[in-house]
Amino acid sequence: MEPSLRAAPAALSSLIPPEATKQMRILVVEDDREAAAYLTRGLKESGHIVDHAPDGQDGLHLAMGGNYDVAVVDRMMPRLDGLSMVRRMREEGNRTPVLFLSALGEVDDRVKGLRAGGDDYLAKPYAFAELLARIDALIRRNGSETVQTKLAVGDLELDLLSRTATRSAQKIDLQPREFLLLEYLMKHAGQVVTRTMLLENVWEYHFDPQTNVIDVHISRLRAKIDKGFTDPLLHTIRGAGYSLRAIA
Amino acid sequence: MRLLDVFRTATFRLAFAYLCLFAVSVLVLLGFIYWSIAGKMATQSDETINAEVQGLAEQYKRRLLPGLRAIIIERSSRLGQRTLYLLTSFDGTPLAGNLSQWPPDAKATAQNWINFTYIRGPEDDRETRPGRAVQVVLQGGFKLLVGRDVSEVNAVETTIRSTLLWALAITGFFGVAGGVWISRNVIRRLEVINRTSREIMSGDLTRRIPVQGNRDELDDLAKNLNEMLEQIERLMMGMREVADNIAHDLRTPLNRLRNKLEGAMIGNTSREETVQALESAIGEADGLISTFNSLLLIAEAETGAHRDTLELVDLNEIVRDIADLYTPAAEDRGISFKLLAASRVMVRGNRSLLARAAANLVENALKYTPEGGAVTVSTFIARDDDRPAFSVRDTGPGIPEDDRERVLDRFVRLERSRNTPGSGLGLSLVAAVARMHDATIALEDAKPGLLATLSFPRVETVLAPSIAAQARRVLPAPTKAQRAREPETQG
Repeated sequence: MEPSLRAAPAALSSLIPPEATKQMRILVVEDDREAAAYLTRGLKESGHIVDHAPDGQDGLHLAMGGNYDVAVVDRMMPRLDGLSMVRRMREEGNRTPVLFLSALGEVDDRVKGLRAGGDDYLAKPYAFAELLARIDALIRRNGSETVQTKLAVGDLELDLLSRTATRSAQKIDLQPREFLLLEYLMKHAGQVVTRTMLLENVWEYHFDPQTNVIDVHISRLRAKIDKGFTDPLLHTIRGAGYSLRAIA
Repeated sequence: MRLLDVFRTATFRLAFAYLCLFAVSVLVLLGFIYWSIAGKMATQSDETINAEVQGLAEQYKRRLLPGLRAIIIERSSRLGQRTLYLLTSFDGTPLAGNLSQWPPDAKATAQNWINFTYIRGPEDDRETRPGRAVQVVLQGGFKLLVGRDVSEVNAVETTIRSTLLWALAITGFFGVAGGVWISRNVIRRLEVINRTSREIMSGDLTRRIPVQGNRDELDDLAKNLNEMLEQIERLMMGMREVADNIAHDLRTPLNRLRNKLEGAMIGNTSREETVQALESAIGEADGLISTFNSLLLIAEAETGAHRDTLELVDLNEIVRDIADLYTPAAEDRGISFKLLAASRVMVRGNRSLLARAAANLVENALKYTPEGGAVTVSTFIARDDDRPAFSVRDTGPGIPEDDRERVLDRFVRLERSRNTPGSGLGLSLVAAVARMHDATIALEDAKPGLLATLSFPRVETVLAPSIAAQARRVLPAPTKAQRAREPETQG
């Protein structure tokens, strides 16, 4: 078994890059008591403020009232299911980013979730690191709405218009897919990006390959952007994924 | 089987109904025979009498009473005379004839006709015999009786009647007995079928219904049932195999998971060791999840849940993306990865499932191809039937011919790959996706290695269900010409 997304909540704080531990207000809407307790504890340990609602009705109340940075919503719940809850939120003009967390994990279910107004979809069972990375990505995306044409991390620069990459003014030759990969990593600079997130966003696949294909792509990209430089930018986060950041 | 039960069976009822019909027709036939023979004899006798009366009447006209009398006397005395004559005066005194007196028990039937009995024979051996005659009253009250002994006619009638009754009785007897016998025979064979079915239902699936070998309907029934049983047994074996494999492929990692968790809990393990054990346990759980996801996906593809979401897709795009994803990994292992794409290979399909199937084939190829080998992915339109297709060829050990169909089943892993990682679901997922797309999957010897080809129905044709059935079989190897069609230079 390749080292995939594994993490025990106790070791979570070690997974999170320092800037990501900024305190967030997170709403957890989940009817399963144990799953909710685990989620709440894990998120709290990661330094966030967590509220829990046991069903969609309460969840809707809390979501409309509290000013949350992100909501994690189960789909099948008593009283009001997750899809309806998020639909109602969007109808009322609430733009809180929503991550669906559901046992219904097929492609169709994912599409339904996103159509109902969800921003991301994670199938149960999930790795906590995966969830954390996705929550993080959602919160940051919500912050920067402006369209960027240039991305920069440390001395690495990516021009989205001319499709060129340079590091310390040295041009880097990238294959089209490598460019997309780097673009995604740079847009999420400083965050943890999991292999599944890369597979979904760069290749648009929703399955886990049995072989370590993503790792090979990353190591090739790493060879291009980090080789010959003293400060590596592309870091492997053990048990979670990768993170592109300049260490000051 | 008791006799009473025989009467209750459908076969007997059928035989009985047939018997009744048969009896009625026999009755009609015998009745007709009786009527025609007996009737003929009686008519003949009556006609003879009529003719006689006619003759006498002429004599009477010419020679009057004395002449008539003379003729009667003359005729009555003829040896072996079977005609009865009697001429009497008005007071009943016999004047001539072979009857001693006017019969006292004469019963008139039709006009002038009478039936009667008379006594004949010598003094010591008299017998009463039946007769039939015409009586004529002449001028002066004289009466003439001309008749015949009808004992023979009566005897024949009686004989025929009793013969007919016997025939009817015998017919009835043999009919019933035959009915019982036939139904018993049929019932015995049906009973064999029933008994065998019961035994099979109670669990002994290896039992088969005996076939007599005389090619009748019951043999056909037995053969069909046997074929059905064969199929059921195959399915049951398949299910048992799947169950066994699930037991092995899900229980084994579950057991390892449990062991690891327990190991982390007990004994004097350091914190680091504990974390290590837990991580490895999570690894097991991830493996289980992936097996489980594959099973769900296979079930989903097999129930055809995605059928309504099929859209026009270019196989090239799918294969190119998969090649893009896997090429670096292949090169890292010292395997050259080649893509031979035709210009445009459109199929009606589900993009993500097709990608998944292609990925599984490629992963399978990468897993078995040794360093220095090559994996080639091609898309093409088959020359012989214009079907769009894609194939994955490797230079690994290939799959022995006997196992090619089996590897498409769930959880089947050939012995040699038992120890390599994988759930044994990769190819069965490909097979399920193929079935969902009405595509055929062919596994062939690439000499060396394995050539797996998925051929899809042409886009303009409606998805034909018959193709889906074909997808369940591994197709025979294509001709050399067809293989040569795959483009060798592009990509």
